[in-house]
Amino acid sequence: MREFRMVSVAGILGYGYPEASLNAALERGIDMIGCDGGSSDPGPYYLGAGKPFVSLRALKRDLRLMLRAAIQAKVPMVLGTAGGAGGEPHLQLVAGMVRDIAREEGLHFTMALIHSEQDKATIRTRVREGRTRPLGRAPTLDEATVDRAERIVGLCGPEPYMRALDAGAQIVLGGRSSDPAPFAATVMRAQLPPAQGWYAGKMLECGAAPAAPKGPDCLYVTVREDGVICEPMGDRACTPLSVANHSLHENSSPIRHVEPGGVLDTSDCRFEQVSPKATLVTGMRWEPAGTYTVKLEAAERVGHRAITICGTRDPLLIRQLDEVLGIVRALVRSKAADLGIGAEEYRLTIHTYGRDGVMGAREPVQGTNGAHELGFLVDVVAKDPDTAAAVIALARTSMLHADFPGRLCREGNMAFPFSPSDLTAGEVFRFSMNHVVVPDDPYEMFPIEYERV
Amino acid sequence: MARIRDIAKVCKSKNAGPFDLTIDVVFEDDATFERVAATGVLSPALFARLYGVAEQDVLFTPYPAGRAFKATLPRLIPAGDIGDTDVYGAQQHAPLLEVDVPT
Repeated sequence: MREFRMVSVAGILGYGYPEASLNAALERGIDMIGCDGGSSDPGPYYLGAGKPFVSLRALKRDLRLMLRAAIQAKVPMVLGTAGGAGGEPHLQLVAGMVRDIAREEGLHFTMALIHSEQDKATIRTRVREGRTRPLGRAPTLDEATVDRAERIVGLCGPEPYMRALDAGAQIVLGGRSSDPAPFAATVMRAQLPPAQGWYAGKMLECGAAPAAPKGPDCLYVTVREDGVICEPMGDRACTPLSVANHSLHENSSPIRHVEPGGVLDTSDCRFEQVSPKATLVTGMRWEPAGTYTVKLEAAERVGHRAITICGTRDPLLIRQLDEVLGIVRALVRSKAADLGIGAEEYRLTIHTYGRDGVMGAREPVQGTNGAHELGFLVDVVAKDPDTAAAVIALARTSMLHADFPGRLCREGNMAFPFSPSDLTAGEVFRFSMNHVVVPDDPYEMFPIEYERV
Repeated sequence: MARIRDIAKVCKSKNAGPFDLTIDVVFEDDATFERVAATGVLSPALFARLYGVAEQDVLFTPYPAGRAFKATLPRLIPAGDIGDTDVYGAQQHAPLLEVDVPT
């Protein structure tokens, strides 16, 4: 039976994996090596700021081993969502690192860069043409939202990866991509069914997450005409249950996975243990979509953040917490006005750990539930760093000194663990799009550049 | 009566993209999954009540192959926006732990 052997080194490039696991996969024989380079999960900052969410040191270590392995095994290497968020600065960061490693290691290859960052003018045109659609509860996309975005990326499908590999690139670095797409591309190029390709990609994009016990490790997947065999490297196993349950991970449905160009339907999948470490999955289906769509992600600038952290051990304060926090807010508002800072120029959020710091308004436990101490994270976001610093200083002193009825702790309400107590936390972004675009074809939004390294 | 915390093998939450939260409950064996499914306690209405959202905003999927139930619903605040308390959405499962399933 025809087989295509794939290895994914890790769940995210830079999260680490054992070198011995990669070597074990190489010994078994591989036809491709890949890794998902990113995620939107760490939040909008990284997309907006153009920065990775792993350390450069970890990124380079993970990249070096995989690049060496690809050249040694003479197989293609694909990396999706390079640099964490897959914008242009993220892609260029990783491309530069690949060139550095190649020089250091004396490696030579053809590299393709697939760009996913979108030009605002092009997206505005698509908005005007009515070729964008909201997802979920998002409003219709308008040009003002496009203009406000700091960075917009499209989620690349498998087609540009296939084109880059067909053109002879051995190393393909992609910007923001659908997580399984780079893997699915290599399966479809091997003339195996798209359902198997997408399923394999869904497993491989998270490294050894479909195995038990979970841990940072490599996943080895064999794709056949009839199904997909998942096997982790290291001291773990893919069982029918561990593989089936990976379909629950970070998506809205375990049985319908919406991708560019169609839907992967896993509702009739069967799972069969074929060795102590490996499980065969069959029965996946691919339903091509009538219209090819590309999902957009964008981040817009919200302002600058400053925070302070403190705690109280005062039962008289705790029993009238809402009133005290109301007094603090009023004090901040009036002192800020004295500095010429209007209430609309900043957002003050007080997270109360020990009450509803984790679940906010969805916390079912009412009140402070007999807590003997509470922790506060006081958060100010303002239009510039100076305003944020000024307001957090007011919030700190107000938390410390606000007077309240029955107060005995007259030297201060709060314990502050640090000096300085106010911390600047940099720029703040928000995710600003949850939309798809209808392109003319799967390639136009993702230009490919080739270079000889 | 048995609480989810006493009979589930896994009970977890996570982002499903920046705007949605997804909650999974997994049981140890087919028998437990089938017994819980038969009670009808895990339902869109339950998640709507626990998380304060409209029932039509809950995508609820029983998943026998994984002995699991999944519910996906809107986040209170998009991941990382001002006022968000849980960027990864990883600590929003607790209300489910206390749910009683008639046995």
